[in-house]
Amino acid sequence: MVTSTSSGTVGGSGSIASRVIVNGVLLISAAYFLLPVVWVLIASTKSPGQLFSSFGLWFADDPRPLENLGRVFTQDGGVFGLWIANSVLYAGVGALAATVIAVACGYVLAKYAFRGRETLFSIILGGVLVPATIIALPLYFLLNQVGLTGTIWSVLLPSMVSPFGVYLARIHANASVPDEVIEAARLDGAGDVRIFGSIATRMMTPAIVTIFLFQFVTIWNNYLLPLVMLNDTKTFPVTLGLTLWNSQTQRDPMFYQLVVTGSAVSVILLVALMISLQRFWKADLTAGASKG
Amino acid sequence: MTTRTRKSELRPGVLLLLLPFVIMFALFFAAPIVYALVDSLFSVRASGLGFGAPERVFVFLDNYAAAFATPSFVASLGRLLVFAAIEVPLMVVTSLALALLLESGKARFPRAFRVLYFMPYGVPGVVAALLWGFLYIPATSPILQALSSLGISVTPLASDSILFAIANIALWSFAGYNMFILIAALNAIPSELYEAARIDGASSWGIIWQIKLPLVRPSIILVTVFTIIGTLQLFVEPLVLRPLTTAINSDFTPNLAAYNQTFAQGNPNLAAAMAVIVALLGFAFSFSFLRLVNRKDNRAW
Repeated sequence: MVTSTSSGTVGGSGSIASRVIVNGVLLISAAYFLLPVVWVLIASTKSPGQLFSSFGLWFADDPRPLENLGRVFTQDGGVFGLWIANSVLYAGVGALAATVIAVACGYVLAKYAFRGRETLFSIILGGVLVPATIIALPLYFLLNQVGLTGTIWSVLLPSMVSPFGVYLARIHANASVPDEVIEAARLDGAGDVRIFGSIATRMMTPAIVTIFLFQFVTIWNNYLLPLVMLNDTKTFPVTLGLTLWNSQTQRDPMFYQLVVTGSAVSVILLVALMISLQRFWKADLTAGASKG
Repeated sequence: MTTRTRKSELRPGVLLLLLPFVIMFALFFAAPIVYALVDSLFSVRASGLGFGAPERVFVFLDNYAAAFATPSFVASLGRLLVFAAIEVPLMVVTSLALALLLESGKARFPRAFRVLYFMPYGVPGVVAALLWGFLYIPATSPILQALSSLGISVTPLASDSILFAIANIALWSFAGYNMFILIAALNAIPSELYEAARIDGASSWGIIWQIKLPLVRPSIILVTVFTIIGTLQLFVEPLVLRPLTTAINSDFTPNLAAYNQTFAQGNPNLAAAMAVIVALLGFAFSFSFLRLVNRKDNRAW
């Protein structure tokens, strides 16, 4: 999808003035989107004192990124590394499971006829419209009754449900898995699960990767669910851990530097992931296009 | 839809593919919603003499009445409406403008710009709020420092500008994501349409108004509905900014109020009613917006 850039015009016409204006606006926008990221990267090289005394968009005289990094990873017995590992666990395992079951469900909704199919799809699609906050609070009480709150399962299991993933999978299964292929495989004696596992998933690979990435970022960025469910700091994801540190800044200003450097680390991690995998962010799935 | 036969094809193998999601959806998505709906109709009261276990009694809509009788909750609903009135147009216009500029054929490095604008989507809302928080206080903000050296005093966290400050954080986080959806829709327009329009002597503006906007209309609607839903969930940003300003109270948004009722005030039934009110508000807004844009006489822009 990143192939057809600038397809909008024929022959690239337009006056010099309009080109200058377009690129000027794009540059200013770029500065806006970069500002907090550049600020936090520079701030993560400063001492707690310099954070408040030096100009925010330039380095202090003695940049000390490694010392700050060392502090972040040794504070509270190295709990920050645990938070990162927890985030990777929640987002990685959660998104993997979410993708498998959402793609299987979307595929069945696209390719098999049964009574109530459209009703089921409408209910799932309606789930996209429900604010996540109305789910998190009652979910706490439900999981509390079965003793799951406070465990990693209270975050992992709810993260495995992605209605949006089912929606994308259904669209893509319709577009990229021909009925004839399924029919032919069935005549060869393949069962439904096997046809899905070895043929359909191969044809749907780009969509599957996209669904995984969307869900990974959604879980990684989630805050309310772990906030409601978890109380042991050893089970916290990075988002919750950083706000824990942030709540201690008034007691000890040194925590400002920990929050800043910790934020820088978490920003770098996800931005690196997004840029390295950018060819898999296929938003045209959402437009229902099938160029895949 | 690609239905081959009319009869049901739910064989055991097909059920094996379908059911895992359906079961998980029922347990972790549908059940909490049902639980909230039921819970909002009950109340826990101390038994007659104040001794013995408190009992759960059916109170029908009393919790809803109580929610609307709580001034801070009503105020938070009003605040949310004002916030939505700022945030939704700002988001849709910005992401659409960025998409149109990047796909205008005049951009120098459209790919690099696109990745850059999309990048904040990967930054957790909590971290985005923390970072902008530093950029909103004079002690650490290079922007405010530069402005004040020019004699301009800006206080983003003051009570009259706090909603804009929060709207900016949401815009920063999601404008690139929404732009992505709109660019995909723009890319799906066949280029023959542009050629035909050029031959007919259409200008760049003419092409935008006559071809691009009408054809990406479904995606604009999608982005608008997503933004409305996202707006109603407002929770993290005020929570993180709260220590920095007196303009944010503990019931700043309906979700914060529900969260407080649950964990600080110990009244989950009232909290459930508040959460249901927010969800109903979301449905009402989304559907009335969809009705508005789908009216027959409104079909062409």
